Amino acid sequence: MLNYIWIGLLMIGFTFGIVNGRLDDVTKAAMDSSQTAVTVCIGLLGVMCLWTGLMKIAEKSGLIRIIGRAVRPVLRFLFPEIPKEHPALGAIVMNLVANFLGLGNAATPLGIKAMKELQSINKDKKTATNAMCMFLVLNTAAIQLVPANIIALRTSEGSKKPAEIIICIWIASVCATIMGIIAAKMLSAVWKKDN
Amino acid sequence: MDLIRHLSDYAVPAIFVVILGVAVLKKVKAYDVFVEGAKDGIDTIIKIIPSLVGLLVAVGVFKASGAMDSLILLLRPITDLLGMPPQVAPLALLRPISGSASFAFVTEIIKSFGPDSYAGRVAATMMGSTETIFYTLAVYYGSVGIKNIRYTLIAAIMADIISVIASVWACQFIFG
Repeated sequence: MLNYIWIGLLMIGFTFGIVNGRLDDVTKAAMDSSQTAVTVCIGLLGVMCLWTGLMKIAEKSGLIRIIGRAVRPVLRFLFPEIPKEHPALGAIVMNLVANFLGLGNAATPLGIKAMKELQSINKDKKTATNAMCMFLVLNTAAIQLVPANIIALRTSEGSKKPAEIIICIWIASVCATIMGIIAAKMLSAVWKKDN
Repeated sequence: MDLIRHLSDYAVPAIFVVILGVAVLKKVKAYDVFVEGAKDGIDTIIKIIPSLVGLLVAVGVFKASGAMDSLILLLRPITDLLGMPPQVAPLALLRPISGSASFAFVTEIIKSFGPDSYAGRVAATMMGSTETIFYTLAVYYGSVGIKNIRYTLIAAIMADIISVIASVWACQFIFG
């Protein structure tokens, strides 16, 4: 999909450039933008390392597991179909907490493990269960404690208070998560397995 | 509102204190682990460079040609309704589809309007509060061979729409 979007942006851009007589600007923008991309990445490097380093400490110290145990009761409500003590629950908790802490590298393998566990208790292997739908909706609406790359970007562009938007991000993602849970719960009631 | 803004001053130091506090209690070699983790940060950034070059060039060309202005004009009725800065509207369309493309777009907005501008804040909030839906579904469902995803996409997009609206609303509420 991204292939089409990328080609589309460029082709539309060059077409508009010809029509609007702005080909000089377009050419200059192409060259400048590639330079900007590298400058941005170098600017992000420091803050990004700071957060990935800090989050690694959280991972090693067992903070992930501590938070994981605390949120288990909530999962009973979200995933009533999963049998108690099933390994799927543990993997789901770990994935969601890793996402929460912004540990992208750790979150994906844990999420895939959770999906494999959920698939083992799925009767129709081609069709998603309610638990799978809920798990993925939570993943796409995921709340992140420290949105590291956004803070890094704001820092490198000279924001007075780079972390200031953190509260806005928390509010917006909590709203999204609540909406996702409500939508998934309601749709699971009306959406029969065979359609 | 001031209270909430002060809360964000405390958020980052509090996260440091909690993480380091637990590390001390659990006798983790915090500095060694930190350095190890920071290397992941370098890997992540290095991996971003090629896609960011490709996408920033595409966004740059799209913008310089005047096509972006036309798109913004087209989306104007919706953005006005939501109170969204019109320049941010394309991001709302891009965010569920591609993480790197929307990051490139946020970079563009923050560069043109400044990180502490209204458009810059809304764009940053939108970027930070949603995920790339299509990628996540493809990776996770693909890993176990699920073909019929039932209502997953609908529920995820409903959550995404709420997050776009809430991003605008939260920025107005806190910084407005």
